This record gives sequence, structure tokens and C-alpha cells, in this order.
Amino acid sequence: MKKFDKERLLLAVAGPVIALVAAMVLTSVVLVASGKSPIEPYSLMFEQATFSDVQVLIINEAGMYYLAALAVAIGFRMNLFNIGVDGQYRLAAMMTAVVGAHVSLPAGLQIPLLILVAMLTGAFWSGIAGILKTTRGVSEVVATIMLNAIATSVIAYLTLDENFGVPVGNNNTTGVMHKSGWFPGIDMGDSGEIYGFVIVAALAGVLYWLILNRTRFGFDLRATGASQSAAAASGVNAKRMVLTAMLISGAVAGLAGLPILLGDVHTYSLSFPTGLGFTGIGIALLGRNSPVGIALASLLWAFLAKASQALDYEGYDKEIAVIMQGVIVIAVVVSYEAVRNWGLRRQQQRVGEELAAAARAAGESNGNNDTVKEVAAR
Amino acid sequence: MANHDIHLSVRKGTVHALVGENGAGKSTLMKILYGMQKPDEGTIAVDGTQVSFSSPADAIARGIGMVHQHFMLADQLTVLENIVLGSEKLYGIGAGARRKIAELSDRYGLGVRPDAYVEDLGVADRQRVEILKVLYRGATTLILDEPTAVLVPQEVDALFDNLRELKSEGLSVIFISHKLGEVLSVADDITVIRRGTTVGTAVPSQTTARQLAELMVGSELPTPETAESTVTDRPMIEVEGLKLLADGDSGRALLDDISFTIHEGEVLGLAGVEGNGQTELIDALIGLKHADSGVIRMAGEDITDRSTRRRREGGVGYIPEDRHRHGLLLESPLWENRILGHVTEHPNTRGKGGFWLDIKGAQADTRRIVEEYDVRTPGIDVTAASLSGGNQQKLIVGREMSHKPRFLIAAHPTRGVDVGAQAQIWDQIREARREGLAVLLISADLDELIGLSDTLRVIYRGRLVADADPGSITPEKLGSAMTGAASGHLEQTQESAGAPAAKAAAQQAAQETADAAAEAPEDEAR
Repeated sequence: MKKFDKERLLLAVAGPVIALVAAMVLTSVVLVASGKSPIEPYSLMFEQATFSDVQVLIINEAGMYYLAALAVAIGFRMNLFNIGVDGQYRLAAMMTAVVGAHVSLPAGLQIPLLILVAMLTGAFWSGIAGILKTTRGVSEVVATIMLNAIATSVIAYLTLDENFGVPVGNNNTTGVMHKSGWFPGIDMGDSGEIYGFVIVAALAGVLYWLILNRTRFGFDLRATGASQSAAAASGVNAKRMVLTAMLISGAVAGLAGLPILLGDVHTYSLSFPTGLGFTGIGIALLGRNSPVGIALASLLWAFLAKASQALDYEGYDKEIAVIMQGVIVIAVVVSYEAVRNWGLRRQQQRVGEELAAAARAAGESNGNNDTVKEVAAR
Repeated sequence: MANHDIHLSVRKGTVHALVGENGAGKSTLMKILYGMQKPDEGTIAVDGTQVSFSSPADAIARGIGMVHQHFMLADQLTVLENIVLGSEKLYGIGAGARRKIAELSDRYGLGVRPDAYVEDLGVADRQRVEILKVLYRGATTLILDEPTAVLVPQEVDALFDNLRELKSEGLSVIFISHKLGEVLSVADDITVIRRGTTVGTAVPSQTTARQLAELMVGSELPTPETAESTVTDRPMIEVEGLKLLADGDSGRALLDDISFTIHEGEVLGLAGVEGNGQTELIDALIGLKHADSGVIRMAGEDITDRSTRRRREGGVGYIPEDRHRHGLLLESPLWENRILGHVTEHPNTRGKGGFWLDIKGAQADTRRIVEEYDVRTPGIDVTAASLSGGNQQKLIVGREMSHKPRFLIAAHPTRGVDVGAQAQIWDQIREARREGLAVLLISADLDELIGLSDTLRVIYRGRLVADADPGSITPEKLGSAMTGAASGHLEQTQESAGAPAAKAAAQQAAQETADAAAEAPEDEAR
């Protein structure tokens, strides 16, 4: 059995490695085509990553990516494409900011309240897509894309002055949240502060693994993703499962904006980070929906995003990193599929071989059992 | 290594049967012959010249064509269009092609109508189109992969007539089958494959099905034990007036007025050509589709509105007709597949209300199933997809039987399963029946149906149109009811009118048992 395990590990690593190498090669081609050094940007970025303040930035960014990617991955595990993580986390962050600015409880209650608000808002927004899918058969892809656009408008409306908006200069904010709702960070001295919420993100990863791999519910969810027909025959209520998965995915998505909201900016404004949801899709793909894989992918993505900032000062365009991220996503999809097919075929072959070998061994020990015998004299 | 030391020579103008257990390497051999896979060693010679195929196109160029078990036809196109598709260069797409098709159809007695739409054709007609497709491409050697699996006895006879026609015109046919009776009736030569190697050859006129089966399995077969009827008068499943309408506006009845009762210890066999409502009936019983009207009762309790999960927890076992779609997670390890369908039950879960999976328990029990049910696998961590079909089926049967079902839905329980495993699965069903299991048996293998059932019903266009006593019915008679030609209570018309029918039938059954013990699950001296 050990052999299969080792091989499975090898296969699991082969997919992302092939994708990353392909992405680097293609990005280098782009660099050469634009008449620049294909090597130097990489070394510059690696150098950046050695600075401790950049490291803190990377970790903070990765925490948010991680939550967004987990939300996407929950959907992926049962073949649901929740593209709406983007709208879900933005709306959730805004609602949390509003509640945080208007409600003041002791920290021990305030923070759980804020987390709950974020999760409920996210779940509410994704739940709309879930209900549309289960009752009217609307594709969750279409519904969540639409809901992203609607979320943008809803946020714009709610942050108007006459609603919850508090203008600060040119910026529309939701007012500063009460201090009791600020999530304590980990002070790294001159290098800055790591968001305390990064630890919550890590816990979410552990919980994700535990629920999916160790509970009955997780088994039903994975079974539905692996084969909807087999899951239905095994007794999974497909509609309820779709709705539940959408709700959980949305609830986790709701958390994605909290690291920066509770740990740094303490208000929802026009400059609040956008696009985390879409980044999360790429990261979930690269991380193969596994909690550890997603963590590594989040760190890589955050590294590309943060270490590339310095490229502008050296005469390179920091968009190189964006090109690379894009190419990685495409390469990942192709290489995973190829590796998966190859692995399945290979295992089939190996099993056949082992059985044949075992059969031969048994045949030999039985003496002349293997010799060709003729039925009926010819 | 899937195959080694294979020796096979097919004489021109003969039907050569290839038999062997599932997973014995028949498919691999055929893939090699048809150029889909390359051999590591050894040679293939066609008409004395050594050849090497790297794709099916090479094989076709050498006159080797394959008729797959699952037809590869486009429903929306006509027969002519289907035949021409991909080979437009041979005879064009117009009059030339039509002339060629008519000529081939006449010469081999295939009776193909070039302008009919494939979707309007029955299974047997589609098969003839597939054969013609291969002939059109110039094949002189045809490989037929389990061609009779989908046919009723009358259609099988017609197919065999076609094969004899092909043979008399000097073509060679390689015929793969599990059904030894058929092999003996149509083949000129027989080659047996076991564990990836050819273990013997036989001449049909000097061989019995039993000898062949023993050669296939490599050991003596267990004789079907005789047991008295275990049917009780306690109903386990009662279905009354079940009706199921098609989705959408058409509102066509897929199932209409289905009523039957299965008692504890009874096997009810359901005969029917595929697509006459069997799938819908299974779905209604397992709870995947909810009946538009009618009642389903299990041990007296109304379960019509229960969910699939609650029905399964209540003791409904399910051996699905399509194990890949409904019975397995192909890319998951065996032990996860052992959990599938029984995730709320011991030994798969622990804790209050079965919230946590008991992975150790499930794995240990998977090992037990692998051991007890002889699932051939190097371990329980390999994916279900890497097992052969027969071993996948053994795993499913083991899983379902491990939960002591009270009512078992067994759809084609031995389809694609080798002779040895077949006997084993029958034994398991019989044993559970003795302990009071009620079984709904759906099978295309009429010998299996007749041999295993206590009661027989025939389903035709969503209705139960006929019933029969398995002790006195023949496959032919059953086959005619399956095509709608007969209905009501089927009785075998006996020449000896005076003798009590039952007695004559018992004698006949006893004789059949002796003749075809290897393939027919005859288990009761009635």
C-alpha cells in the first residue's frame, strides 16, 4: 500500500509544480518579447520577500485570500461554482462595519457579534442564489454574477449620507467602528502588525478539513460533488445539500473581509479591497480545494501581489505578477486534469499488474494449475 | 501486466468465441487487436502478414472492425448518415453510399433501412446498423463485444442468423460473451481466457457449458444446492396502484397501475426489455422519484413519502443497474465507497446521532468485505475505478448485504460478473432470502430470472402485463411477453396435455439443471 501512497503524494505535487513552471516560462516569454530581462524581476521579487515588513504584508494579505478561497472551495467540493464570493464578502464587510459603528458591547461580545453579522450577511446573499437554484433551477454561476453587481449597488446605496454613510473628505465611509470591535493583532515591532484574524482564518481551515473529512455531513457533501447520481441514490437530498453548501460557502465568504476591517481600517470605505472573491477562485483551484494546498497557494498569491509592488521602482511593470497569476490559473486547470487522468489510468494499470502477479504466484505454488489444458479431445 | 502469453488464432469464415471471467483480460486483448492499445510483446498476423496497429484506423485498414457493447450512434441522424459519418471518402455521401449500404444489407441479410432515424430503431436494429457500419468500412474480421447482453431471446436468434450469414460469406467473427449456452450454439471455436492468459480451447460439439465454466473459473463449480421454498405469508413490500408521470407537459405515464406484493423470503423477478419502466420503478421504490399516485408499504408501514435515506436506514438494500452512476464514487477509495449509502449506520459513524465518521471502523469493515466477498484488490485505498467491473459489483453486493437489508432491490446483480462471482452472488441472495429477505430482482438474463425467482412478472411499457410461474416457463415464452406479444398468466403449452403441467415442468427443470447448471441459477427442485 505504501507505494500507492507515495505515488498519490507525488501526483498531488506534480500538478501545481508543472503549472508553476509553465507559468514562469510563459511569463518569461512575455518579458523577453517586451525586450526586458526574463530573470531579474524574479530575483527582485525574491529579494523583497526577505524584508520582514513585506513578509507581514504577505501574511496579512494571505489571511484574506485564504478565507475567500475556502469559501470557493466549499462550493467546488460539490461542483457548485460560487462566483459570488466577491459580492458576499463586500456586503458582509459593509454590514459588519455599520453594526460595529452603531452597536457598542464589551469586546467579548462585540467581536462574536460582528463575526456573526458577517457570516449571516454572506450566507444571506449566497442563499439567494441557492434558493434560486433549488426552486427555479437557475444556474448558480449566473445568479451569483448578477448578485455581485447587485451587491455593488446595494453597498453604494447604503453608504449614502442619508443612510449609513459618513463622508470623510472625498471618501464615503461607514464611520469608525467602536474600539471594542477591533480585533487585536500580533505586534511585530517595526515590521508592522499581523492581523489577529489570520489565526481565525487558520482555524477555519482546520474546521473545513474536519467537517469535510470527518463528519457525515462532509461525506454527503463530497459524495454529491463526486457523483450527484450516486449521492442521490445513497440518500443525499440533493436540493437541501445545494442550499446548505451555498449557505456555508457564503458564511465563510462573509469572513473574508474581516481581517483588514477588524484589524486595520475599522471602517468600510471606497478604498476597501475589492476582487478578493475572484482571487479566491484562482487560489482554490491552485490549492486543489485542500486546506493546506489553499494555504500555500494563498501565500504564493500574496507574495506575487506584494513583492511585485517594488518592481515599478526598478523599471519593470508590476503587472508582470498579474500576468503570472493569470497564467498560473490556466496552467493549473490544464495540468491538474492531465495529471488526474494519468494518475487514474496508472493506478488501474498497477492494480491489474499486482493482481496478475499475485495470481501467477498462486498458480505456481499450486503446481501445474497454469498449464494449458484442452477440454475435449480435438 | 494485464495479459501475457495469449495465443489466439481465428480461422477465416468462422465464428470464434472468446470467453473468460470479467477482468480476465478479454477487453485488453480486444483493445490490442483493434489498435487501441499496444502490446509489449508478441505479434499479430492478419492473413499471414505480420501487422502492427497504432490506432483503430490501422486496424480497420487491415479489415478488423469492432462492434462495441454500447452503441456509438447519433440518434438524430438517419441510418445512412450514421454509417457514412467519418468515412465520407469511401463511397461519398449520396447515391454511391446508398447503393453500397443496400448491397451489404442484402448480401448479409441485415434488413437495414437507410432512411430510418436511429432514434426510431429498436436495440436489435441499432446493433445491425453497428454491424453494417463496420462492414461498410471494409472489415473482414468483426469483433462483437457481448452483443447479446441487450437482446431478448428472439433477437439473439436473429443475430445468430446474421452471424452465420457473415460466416458463409467468408468473414470471420470474434464473439465475446459470458453466456456459455449462446457461445456453444453459435461458435465454431472457443478460446478461454483466465487471469490474462489463454488457458484452453474447445470445440463446441464436444464440450458442455459446465466444462467451459470450470475452465473459465479454474476450479470446479459449486453445484446449486436444492432448498425448499422460503416464501412466507408475511408481506414485506406492498405496492398498490403506483403511477408515475413523465416530467414536463406530455404527462405520459412511465409507470401505470403497478401493483405487487413481495413477501418475506420471496424473490420477485421482473422481466422486461430495458426501458420499459424498470428504472422508474426502482427510482420510485428507493425514493428518488415520488409517485404521482399509489402507495408503497414496507412491513405494513406506509413509506410512500419517505426520503431515500430513511428508506435505506429502514432496511432497503440497493444493487443498482448502473453501478458507475448509482453505486460507486469511482475516484474515491474503496473504504469511502463502503460508506456510500450507509453513512448514518454502524460501522461507518459514531458519536451521538452518527455525526462523526468512524473511518477506522469503515476501513476495517471494508477489509472484511474484501475478504469475505473475494474482491480482488491490492488494498482498500485504491480507487473504485481501478477495479474490474466484477470486483466492483462484489464490493457493492458485500456492502449492501452487510447491513442486513429487509428488502433488496437487485437490478442486474450479476451483469458483467464472471461465473464464479455470479454463483457467489446468487448464494448470498438465497441465503439472505432464507432469513426473510424480500427481493425484487430485475435482470436481462432470463435464465437468472427464472432460476432465482419465486414469482415472475413482466413489465411492458410501464405496466405489469403478465405473470408466470418460474417452474414452468421457458425463456422463449417469457421473451414473447417482454415484446408485448403475450399477456396475462403465461402457461407453457404442453404436448402431453393429460399430464399435470407442474409435473412436466419439474422434469424439464430438472433436466435443464443438469444441462446448464453452470450458467443457470436453478436452485429449487420444484
